[in-house]
Amino acid sequence: MVSGGAFAEAGADLELREIHKRFPGFTAIESLDLTIPAGSFFALLGPSGCGKTTTLRLVAGLEQPTSGQILIGGKDVTNVKPYRRPVNTVFQSYALFPHMTVLENVAFGLKRRRIADPTRKAHEALELVELDHLAQRKPQQLSGGQQQRVALARAVVNRPALLLLDEPLGALDLKLRRQMQLELKNIQQEVGLTFLHVTHDQEEAMTMADTVAVMNKGEIEQMGSPEELYELPKTVFVANFLGQSNLFTGDVRGDNGDTIVVEVAGVPVAVPKARAQRHRGLVTIGVRPEKLLLHPSRPEPAAGVNVLGPGRVIDVSFTGVSTQYTVAVPGIGEVIVFAQNMVFGPVVQAGAEVWVSWRVEHGFGLADELPDDGDRFIDDTTTGGIAQQTKEELLEELEEG
Amino acid sequence: MAFAAFGGGGAAAATANEPVHLRGGWVAVGLLAPGLAYLLLFFLAPLVSLLMTSLQVAPEGAGKGEYVPGFEWSNYATAISTYWPHILRSFGYALTATVAALLVGYPIAYFIGVTARKWPLVQALALTLVIAPFFISFLLRTLAWKQILGDNGWIAQTLHSLGWLPSDQNIVGTDFSVIFGLTYNFIPFMVLPIYTSLERLDRRYLEAGNDLYARPSTTFWRVTLPLSLPGVVSGTLLTFIPAAGDYINASQIYLGSINTAMVGNVIDRTFLESQEYPIAAALSVLLMGIILVIVAIYVKRSGTEDLG
Amino acid sequence: MRLSLGKWLLPLYVVIAFALLLTPIVHVIIYSFNDSRRNNSIWAGWTFDKWLNVCDQQGVCEAFGTSVAIGLVATLIATILGTLLAIAVGRYRFRGRGSTNLLLFLPMATPEVVLGAGLAAQFLSVGVSKGFWTVVIVHALFCLSFVVVTVKARVASLDPALEEAGRDLYGSAMQVFWRVTLPLLTPGIVAAALLSFALSFDDFIITKFNAGQVTTFPLWIYTKKTPPAEANVIAAAIFIVAIVAVVVVQLVAAARRKRLGITQ
Repeated sequence: MVSGGAFAEAGADLELREIHKRFPGFTAIESLDLTIPAGSFFALLGPSGCGKTTTLRLVAGLEQPTSGQILIGGKDVTNVKPYRRPVNTVFQSYALFPHMTVLENVAFGLKRRRIADPTRKAHEALELVELDHLAQRKPQQLSGGQQQRVALARAVVNRPALLLLDEPLGALDLKLRRQMQLELKNIQQEVGLTFLHVTHDQEEAMTMADTVAVMNKGEIEQMGSPEELYELPKTVFVANFLGQSNLFTGDVRGDNGDTIVVEVAGVPVAVPKARAQRHRGLVTIGVRPEKLLLHPSRPEPAAGVNVLGPGRVIDVSFTGVSTQYTVAVPGIGEVIVFAQNMVFGPVVQAGAEVWVSWRVEHGFGLADELPDDGDRFIDDTTTGGIAQQTKEELLEELEEG
Repeated sequence: MAFAAFGGGGAAAATANEPVHLRGGWVAVGLLAPGLAYLLLFFLAPLVSLLMTSLQVAPEGAGKGEYVPGFEWSNYATAISTYWPHILRSFGYALTATVAALLVGYPIAYFIGVTARKWPLVQALALTLVIAPFFISFLLRTLAWKQILGDNGWIAQTLHSLGWLPSDQNIVGTDFSVIFGLTYNFIPFMVLPIYTSLERLDRRYLEAGNDLYARPSTTFWRVTLPLSLPGVVSGTLLTFIPAAGDYINASQIYLGSINTAMVGNVIDRTFLESQEYPIAAALSVLLMGIILVIVAIYVKRSGTEDLG
Repeated sequence: MRLSLGKWLLPLYVVIAFALLLTPIVHVIIYSFNDSRRNNSIWAGWTFDKWLNVCDQQGVCEAFGTSVAIGLVATLIATILGTLLAIAVGRYRFRGRGSTNLLLFLPMATPEVVLGAGLAAQFLSVGVSKGFWTVVIVHALFCLSFVVVTVKARVASLDPALEEAGRDLYGSAMQVFWRVTLPLLTPGIVAAALLSFALSFDDFIITKFNAGQVTTFPLWIYTKKTPPAEANVIAAAIFIVAIVAVVVVQLVAAARRKRLGITQ
């Protein structure tokens, strides 16, 4: 379909049907169904080992699925060799050919497809990423950000129906990342391709993509717009992987028509039915830390407001735009509160007795029964994560004992 | 672990240290076939042919070099009983030369790989000097030593005049000169692998060692040496194996005498001159077999599986 | 005090070791200027004649030419076969990969005299008469393992993502091999070829068993027992050319790194 030497006219739909991928010794992807509409900027978000890179490699044709179908623009490409797919990849390591100049790198795909005037088109692509003046350099002579842009130009110049990005911004520093994010968005809007972006960085996914699919253990946990995922997570994993969440577990005790009432350590907490995945039995509910308000005295009971407390502030940390308070509520555990720094200095000091409240419509109910497997939402690759995990285990032990 | 290696970004990350292996198929077969066929035809088949030759038997009234296929296991008994001193000598020489080459070579490798890191030019020059002997004829180098150490050379004359060497005693033609020649020849083979493993050694390990143990000698014994062990294993193998089979140094034309003959000299003579093919073949099989057993034990005990 | 002694001990030791390493080389070069008649083992004064009329000595230039020819053909064979093998074992997963690796290592663990006698026995049993081609065959054989080891190291350091990028950018398997894999392996392949040629050129033992009537340069030296100065001339000339080449290559590489601004 691409061997004819013509550019793809526009982005194409990507459809994955019932994809399974097993490697010797483990399963990377378990029954994956996914449709990405043409022209969208789609992000696959997940921790390392969740199967997102394998998904990308399957689409590129660098791996074969154990079973299932891959369709691009409605055509089955499952058994099509990578060099015959209308797909290009920006590799995580960029994979620029070190023995070729920047220009030769960019023209590589055009020449393989015998597209007319490859040098001029390669120059144009380099102009798009503002690197044409470095066309004769070798990749080793470029900075990380420049290499990344060359890798992008090398992929985009082929006008693929589908552009795959494998954590391409991972190696860049914060400022360059912002620049590149913007640039990617511009290019996407300019050339109208379908972008499939794989990342473990939730911020990158949320700022760039129209649609984000959160992947965990070889399956998609939830898919939607960034706002939707953030405001209404459906699983514990999503609630914790995308930003932070305060989660509580309890039995559903009542039904007030539009809301359910969950008893959390003896305190009734209301959650809108429309925002809860399950309406009976033991459920996990949550609320984002910035939706919480701190009160130095018990607030007056009001309709549509949940109140927990009293608890004790055990940690106050200033993060610039906001201050993060950690409140230990007996029987419930730690509750995190983000407060905008509207005034100088913290509103309350560590050790103070406080209550927290939030509006009922900000709560959400999750599909999982219990936030049990803690390892799923703690990044165990950093010492901080391990310390956090250990601390939590210790706290649990103390509470039990 | 495996899960993590293949998941998010893992495929690319894993490749940095470990090659990712593509599923073979016909491409692998195509790549392998010519080379393996060559090895089969000119390496494995000759070994089999050597084994068969070693069991050949001379028929009644056969002339020189005439043998027919058979199962004459006594060829081995004859080879061992006649030439056991040569076999022992071969391995004795090779072992001594290997130890000597290690003692000479390790400090050179350490100097180039660690000390000279600060001065790239010195490092490059020293490396060039180490490989320099490769560029000049092996036979002429050995002959040069024969002349330098010979009776008319200044070394022998000085030793004679000082009385350190009895007047009826030479340097050339002794166990010493043969081992010296072998050691000299294989020093580069010892230095290069050790250098490679020391070069890879992260300077920070040494600094950490200095930091923790304070004494440089302790750092060397506890950190540097263990980390360079793979290089030492390769170097000693690259020295020991060819040294055990070498016979140039031991031959009378070069640094040896009739009393220093090694298995190689015997194989050469019995194969090419007296044409006692079965004996030559039996000795070759024995030499190879003993080397393989020694190498296997050595590699196993040193815990280094990777020889490539 | 201890420390400063230790500081100087190693360089001193290394200087002595290098002196030892270079002594016979210097000796060979000096004796290429020896105004000797037949026996070159006794110094008879300086001359440049042997350098100017090296081929006047019967057989030496022919032997040199034979060695070069054998070296080139054997290197070509070993480099091609060895590179293919190195790519196969370095890149592909297949049944019997472990035993293939062992088989590739085995020739290096076999003493030359055994390789030589084995092939000679083989040629004898199938009735092949020894000559130029039997020497080429044995040389290519023992060079093969060294090529595999050298190129395999390069294959291992190659980022597979580069080949994947080639496939992703519309390169067929063949195109990716010729335009990506092979150019990236070139430094390793060149090094392997040079090593092969050097090994082949200087080989004596295996050659002696399989040469028949062919005389290579080492065989010629051997048959002379006390070789004339012309042998030294050729050896010295090769040595000087090789050392100059090594130095030039290193300087060029250093200059290139500097130009590209690569700091390694």
